[in-house]
Amino acid sequence: MNNLIIGPIIIPIIIGLVLVVCRNSLGLHRFLSLLATVLIGLAAVLLLEQIRTGGMQILNLGGWEAPLGITLVADMFAVLLVLVTALIAFCCLWYACSSIGMGRERHYFYPLCLFLIAGVNGSFLTGDIFNLFVCFEVMLVASYVLISLGGTKIQLRESIKYVLINMISSFLFLVALAYLYAITGTLNLAHLSIRVAQSGQGGLMTVVALLFLTVFSLKAALFLFYWLPGSYSAPPTAIAAIFAALLTKVGVYAIVRLFSLVFYHDLGATHLFIGALAAASMVLGAMGAVAYDDIKKIITYNVVISIGFILAGFASFSLVGMRGMVYYLLHDMIVKALLFLSGGTVIHLTGTAKIREVSGLIRLHPQLGWMFFIAALSVSGIPPLSGFIGKVFITTGVFQSAYYWLGGIGLFTSLMVLYSVMKIFMNVFWGHTNLTEETEKGTTQGLLPPIVVLTALTIALGLGAEGIHEYVDLAVEGLLNPNLYTDAVLAQNGK
Amino acid sequence: MKRPNDVILRTVTKVAVVIILTFSIHLFISGHHYPGGGFIGGLAFTAAITLLFLVYGIDTIRKNISVDFKAVAAIGVLISVLTGVGGMMAGKPFLNQTSGPVDLPLLGDTMLATAVLFDVGVALAVIGTALTIIMSIGDDH
Amino acid sequence: MSIVVGILFAIGTYLILSKTLLRIILGTSIIGHGVNLLILTMGGLKKGGPPIIGLNTQYFTDPLPQALILTAIVINFATTALLLVLSYRAYAVVGTDNVEQLRGLEDE
Repeated sequence: MNNLIIGPIIIPIIIGLVLVVCRNSLGLHRFLSLLATVLIGLAAVLLLEQIRTGGMQILNLGGWEAPLGITLVADMFAVLLVLVTALIAFCCLWYACSSIGMGRERHYFYPLCLFLIAGVNGSFLTGDIFNLFVCFEVMLVASYVLISLGGTKIQLRESIKYVLINMISSFLFLVALAYLYAITGTLNLAHLSIRVAQSGQGGLMTVVALLFLTVFSLKAALFLFYWLPGSYSAPPTAIAAIFAALLTKVGVYAIVRLFSLVFYHDLGATHLFIGALAAASMVLGAMGAVAYDDIKKIITYNVVISIGFILAGFASFSLVGMRGMVYYLLHDMIVKALLFLSGGTVIHLTGTAKIREVSGLIRLHPQLGWMFFIAALSVSGIPPLSGFIGKVFITTGVFQSAYYWLGGIGLFTSLMVLYSVMKIFMNVFWGHTNLTEETEKGTTQGLLPPIVVLTALTIALGLGAEGIHEYVDLAVEGLLNPNLYTDAVLAQNGK
Repeated sequence: MKRPNDVILRTVTKVAVVIILTFSIHLFISGHHYPGGGFIGGLAFTAAITLLFLVYGIDTIRKNISVDFKAVAAIGVLISVLTGVGGMMAGKPFLNQTSGPVDLPLLGDTMLATAVLFDVGVALAVIGTALTIIMSIGDDH
Repeated sequence: MSIVVGILFAIGTYLILSKTLLRIILGTSIIGHGVNLLILTMGGLKKGGPPIIGLNTQYFTDPLPQALILTAIVINFATTALLLVLSYRAYAVVGTDNVEQLRGLEDE
């Protein structure tokens, strides 16, 4: 029992609710929401230490023991993600403070963000597949409102599609849950793992597994990503950055958790399929990223590519590949937020997202230009930065598992990623300066510090990869040995 | 706006709303041992207010009940979450419930459970959310 | 029951594929009901006493499907309401409830 685990979920909820009640003091809104993310970060750091010394931490809500009650499980993988979530949320909210505009702030922007974060953290920490659904919904409902907040024409148009797609995938989620419950008679992840291991993963179970895969692919934008470019380019920058960094990653987390803990007996069917989907989304995403000349479109297609790459590492299901996946997942959350924020700042400055209409911005904004450059290098995995180490591990892992085609596609799309982000950099920042201070549509005032923090993070994660090595290894160990998880959750029943 | 002739509706509403409100409170209280509880009680409460909306128009009601229903919902959830935290303070897991006999004035020796507080929160949350939804759909500006 | 679930899903899918926003929303809520019925069917019907600790009955009914359905209903209720508001706003701003005219990604 460890009550700290509930912290990352209830801190944002409580503070968000307090903010709803006192809706009129925006200063308080800004301060308290930043404070909430800091508190979540602290809780995550404490949990990290506890897990490192004492193994996985469990909390049975209301004292009802697993598999009967609602269980929260904090293993290394989940808590690392919670920590990064807190960091990103802090930077995005900070960025939002000076960019989102009074109108949106007044319409509960900060509480909604906090609820979203609560949903994200809940999905990471839950040990129960139905609660995963509930936390998904908390997160999605908040995101529905955030995406339509402000009510511009394009936002309304895109948000209807977004809501519909997600509603339908939620229904499929419930259908899969119903079948799973009919077959196994339990919904607790640890209990499921044991039951599936005992009865063997037959054809029926594999079908259910693939149904789950469909659901999470829709949410993670793995192959079924057609809804993503439209909806992620509609809302304002700060919201899009939170979405890109967090929402799809929750889908990825769900796939990883489910297919490493429960459905890991038939690698040939499920994991090969994940690998194929990953390859397809990398190729299609790369096509999109290369084809468009709109900053937001290029960056959103890059989200799709990286999802594919992360899950390629997972599909290899080897020690090295999984280690790479964890590294790359952490890196990708940070760097996607960074790309969206810096890209959004460019759009904010120039008033257009078309890269052909802007050039030579680096003379006016050298810091922004170089930070975008670092982000671009990092996202394509150039050595000293954070993307490199994950990419090396994933590629090695994939080759080890003899998925040579997958590794090849991964490396090839890395080139495409580099090309697409460099295309932005060369067009927008290089060349003849066609803007002056006066013709700019906005200022960078207050927008740069969060970007600086994120840039520092990606550099630190690259240079200090050795430092977090121990944590990543513990996370991978937990993922590759389902016994650790089930033992920790169900241990108290033996007593 | 020209009003339709709805004397019967208005008269019946005045009585019916009181009955519905009483019934909703009954549902809420009986929820501890029998079917009922905060969720259903809250919905019944909402039904009464919705009837008022239908009969007297949203603007009239808003003038008379000047409560921000979003805040009501928030306070409701807050109460529910905080009862959970209360269990944490006592060193028990989150959401732990307890109950015990309390000597109340007027009612005498009564069994009270912290689950009731949780239910109060649920009821408020349901009332607040449902009314917010109805008002934002019904609001035609 | 499973036949009813199938019919509900078919109706819901048909409605979602139609062009009017309101029909699409109705379709989603019908599929929602189908899903709830599916959970109930999959949980199986069991005879027995109410699942309360301390009761001396030999068999207990399974409370989990009901709990799942209740949660699903609430979430479904919230999202449907949100979608209704959203589509109403979209109708007011864009001026149409035909999804064909909501197409397109380019800025205008």
